[in-house]
Amino acid sequence: MASNEEILSGLGEIVEEVAGVSADEVTEEKSFVDDLDIDSLSMVEIAVQAEDKFGVKIPDDELANLKTVGDAVSYVAKNS
Amino acid sequence: MSGLLEGKRLLITGVITESSIAFHAAKQAQEQGAEVVLTGFGRLSLVERIAKRLPTPAPLVELDVQDTEHLDTLADRVREHVDGLDGVLHSIAFAPQSCLGAPFLDAPAEDVAKAVEVSAFSYKAVANACLPLLGSGSSVVGMDFDARVAWPAYNWMGVAKAALESTNRYLARELGPRGIRVNLVAAGPVKTMAARSIPGFSELEDSWGDRAPLGWDTTDAGPVARTICALMSDWMPATTGSMVMADGGVHSLGS
Repeated sequence: MASNEEILSGLGEIVEEVAGVSADEVTEEKSFVDDLDIDSLSMVEIAVQAEDKFGVKIPDDELANLKTVGDAVSYVAKNS
Repeated sequence: MSGLLEGKRLLITGVITESSIAFHAAKQAQEQGAEVVLTGFGRLSLVERIAKRLPTPAPLVELDVQDTEHLDTLADRVREHVDGLDGVLHSIAFAPQSCLGAPFLDAPAEDVAKAVEVSAFSYKAVANACLPLLGSGSSVVGMDFDARVAWPAYNWMGVAKAALESTNRYLARELGPRGIRVNLVAAGPVKTMAARSIPGFSELEDSWGDRAPLGWDTTDAGPVARTICALMSDWMPATTGSMVMADGGVHSLGS
């Protein structure tokens, strides 16, 4: 299982690839929508890539609850 | 045992996530023996990943229905993967935000025009682009939400669906002499990316299950996907220009 740091850096790479936001910007307290300006389809793509990378399943209803990068890190940590 | 769609070659548009109706249609079709080619719009990297999650990873061709070059070259690009088509699923719609959930009376004409072009005219455009590949006995299917009546929030998307329903009848008339069937599946609400983006649509979704004589699960696209497969099969050979209702029976009720 990946550590929280590994998950965070992995998410950072995914967010950078999908949304063009620098991976350094992707820190736990950031909101995907409000701080990183990520739209709903980009969120879906980030989730799908995270599923492939970390071997988790992120249902659409769960995805709606992942407001911040930290939420996503703990969801992946808990479910991978 | 051979499947319902053994040997059928299908072009399926409209896959964007695993919750897409088109994804479930592609999955069921493959399970029934069909060979599937997908088209993708915009986020091809996302669609590519989703295509790999089908029982058999499906090839993907890019298609923006507003791009005439994409349409003009579609048949040739599909032919790189299959030598012809027995069915096409059109599962494409779009309306600007002013057209959905926003005050009906305020939507500007250019937004309405875009909704109608992408959601209704494109049905003709895609069918037409695929004509060189479609032989007698093939089937064109489009996705509808019953537009004979007005719904809360659906607004100008409903008007675009009404145009789709009319386009369906004219296409059936036009393509019938070639032995090509053209039908719509009027589905009950399914919680897809598209449905989630309609403000106020959840109210409609939530009450559907209580109203439907057969019941209805908005999280299960399976029944709609199977209806699509039935229309793609050889077992509805005399049906064209129709709307097949796959809504749990809600359309049959008054109140």
